[in-house]
Amino acid sequence: MSEQGGTQDPSDQLRKDENTRQSGGMWRKAITRRDVLKLAGIGGAGLLLGSLGTGGILQAGSAPVKREAQDLAGSGVVDFYGAHQAGIATPPQDFVCFAAFDLTVDAVAQVRKLFQQWTEAAAVMTSGGMIGSSNDNPNLPPSDTGEAAELVPSGLTITFGVGPSLFDARYGLSAKKPDTFADLPAFSGDELRPEWTGGDIGIQVCANDLQVAFHAIRNLARIARGKAVLRWTQEGFQRSSHSDKAGATPRNLMGFKDGTVNPNVHDPKTMDEVVWAQADDGVPWMAGGSYMVVRRVRIRVEVWDRSTLQDQEATFGRHRRSGAPLGSRDEFDQVDLNAKDENGNPLIPMNAHVRLARGDNSVHLLRRSYSYSSGLDRTTGQLDAGLLFISYQRDIAKQFIPVQKRLASDKLNEYIVHNGSAVFACFPGVREGGYIGDTLL
Amino acid sequence: MKVWNTGAVLFVAASIALAGCGNKENNQAESAEAGTTAANTANTTTESADAPVDLTDAMTGYKTYGIEQCDQFIIETEKFVTAVKNGDLETAKALYAPTRMYYERIEPIAESLGDFDPNIDARENDVPDADWRGFHKIEQSLWVNNTTDGMAEVADRLFSDVQALRALMETVEVDSTMLVTGAVELLNEVSSSKVTGEEERYSHTDLYDFVANVEGAKKIYELLQPALQAKDAELEAQIGENFTAMETLLAKYKSGDGYVSYTDLTEADTKALSQALDALAEPLSQMGTILEA
Repeated sequence: MSEQGGTQDPSDQLRKDENTRQSGGMWRKAITRRDVLKLAGIGGAGLLLGSLGTGGILQAGSAPVKREAQDLAGSGVVDFYGAHQAGIATPPQDFVCFAAFDLTVDAVAQVRKLFQQWTEAAAVMTSGGMIGSSNDNPNLPPSDTGEAAELVPSGLTITFGVGPSLFDARYGLSAKKPDTFADLPAFSGDELRPEWTGGDIGIQVCANDLQVAFHAIRNLARIARGKAVLRWTQEGFQRSSHSDKAGATPRNLMGFKDGTVNPNVHDPKTMDEVVWAQADDGVPWMAGGSYMVVRRVRIRVEVWDRSTLQDQEATFGRHRRSGAPLGSRDEFDQVDLNAKDENGNPLIPMNAHVRLARGDNSVHLLRRSYSYSSGLDRTTGQLDAGLLFISYQRDIAKQFIPVQKRLASDKLNEYIVHNGSAVFACFPGVREGGYIGDTLL
Repeated sequence: MKVWNTGAVLFVAASIALAGCGNKENNQAESAEAGTTAANTANTTTESADAPVDLTDAMTGYKTYGIEQCDQFIIETEKFVTAVKNGDLETAKALYAPTRMYYERIEPIAESLGDFDPNIDARENDVPDADWRGFHKIEQSLWVNNTTDGMAEVADRLFSDVQALRALMETVEVDSTMLVTGAVELLNEVSSSKVTGEEERYSHTDLYDFVANVEGAKKIYELLQPALQAKDAELEAQIGENFTAMETLLAKYKSGDGYVSYTDLTEADTKALSQALDALAEPLSQMGTILEA
């Protein structure tokens, strides 16, 4: 779940950037959504927090920077417009609200209109504004549902993608489907359930405030009424910035650090190699976009909880407390798959997650996963909790699929089950005046 | 049946919507409204799109509709209660759902007239046991106990309640706000109880109520159509399309002269009906735009 290639935890850079911003004295206090609009009007969105690529490259394994500035940065605006969609290279916010939609309209023109309306609303919401013009008319339902009014924008990002089913016969788009873009093949141990699988459209909403994130999904669903229906949704969380001032690698619900290795989102070359689809990849409308894999991975919490520490560590191939590879001391120590104990046995077991996920370390992808908790499984009375795995890559067939195939013999499979799956082609970023998906629709 | 405001009897003068009548734009809107087809309003000028819209015809039309439905409601209720009192179980069961449709189409008016809704349409536990009467009490006897025994008094009371409703209908002044919100309320009724099968929990005839609520909402839309055309033609067209989609979907569930039992619906059916309803209700909730100055 945590070991696919790369060398850099993206959240490290966020922390560094936050400190830079703090020392620059841009904002000394939390600001409201309304304030942000004013600021945006005065200084332009370029002044606001969250612009990417402003920092240098941290060295692999460097210690996380303290993040006293988190409250400040967590309230900021992440630019909606840009070369790439926000929410991919953006350091992960505290919460995700994910929604998959199925279109109900007949014509591609109506799909286009929906994306235009969504673009307009997303641009407003991510900058902290209220949707629409009739929020004070007593004769009408307010155009914005209102629960995010006066809240700071909370780093809200809204990332749009389309699934393989969009390219069926309905809208005349089949010729534009990327060759290798398809529903994922069945993997060993899959128990996919229709209620968490697929979708014509996927929208990842992330924010440092769950209410702000929910508000976005809710209003997008409202705008879609009559054009698209919700197919499935999933909320997720990670430890919040408030409870981890040090900004360490977050732990998953199995208690292990998750996300120690990830490509460096601040290195354009790496991002072009690993994450962003390129113009010469054969799909012009996806140039600057990225392919997303979403997997709803339930953790068999009750089973895991009665496993010994030794078993747990052997499962991941890492120490629980430090996050270090077995036999090493520090979380960011190099993983030495050849290391042997005094009896000549591998220090990291052959079926450990870290070993299988890493492989020959030639395949990387950008992980942006969240934990989820969805109450009880009513048939068993057990917790329905786990990981909403989200990854971005340039080519799913060359990146996610080979990694996931390697995990067929993962010891971790005793404790997890994949019960949801979807893939979405996330469009390139949108310029002001354009709309999400305007390269395709 | 929905939550009602105790004793809230609204006799609202139609003059609210007429305020400001007499200026040039208004006359223009009125003359446009005199026509019965949407095409008659196609030439409406830009100025009139921003003017208050005269809804007199719509309000009068809705009162007429309410009275028509209520007249028919009395006739059908009499047949139904006669069957109950005669101990004719099968006829009573057959008449139950179609009879109720006349009421379900005009529920917003009935609800504005005080205690009629609880008296006619309360479900068990909506009111104290001692006060429970009306259709659903008889429904329980017909389908759960499979008998008309003991229902004669309830049947008589139901008939007199329906007659009293009809008498009060004469006095109703339809208010423009009631009109534009009434359509959404009818669909909210469907959304909260019919689509979940909670309204007709013994007979499972929820789809009859569903259809009647949609028909009642559509009547309001049709009455407001000229005003809506003038104010926001795109919204008018969108609502029309979504009504068609809703009706097409409901038609799938026709069975003979009526509709299939709620218990015959799959989860996928229920979800599709609910989502079509939400798709319709969202633009319908924007009809208040015609009340803007």
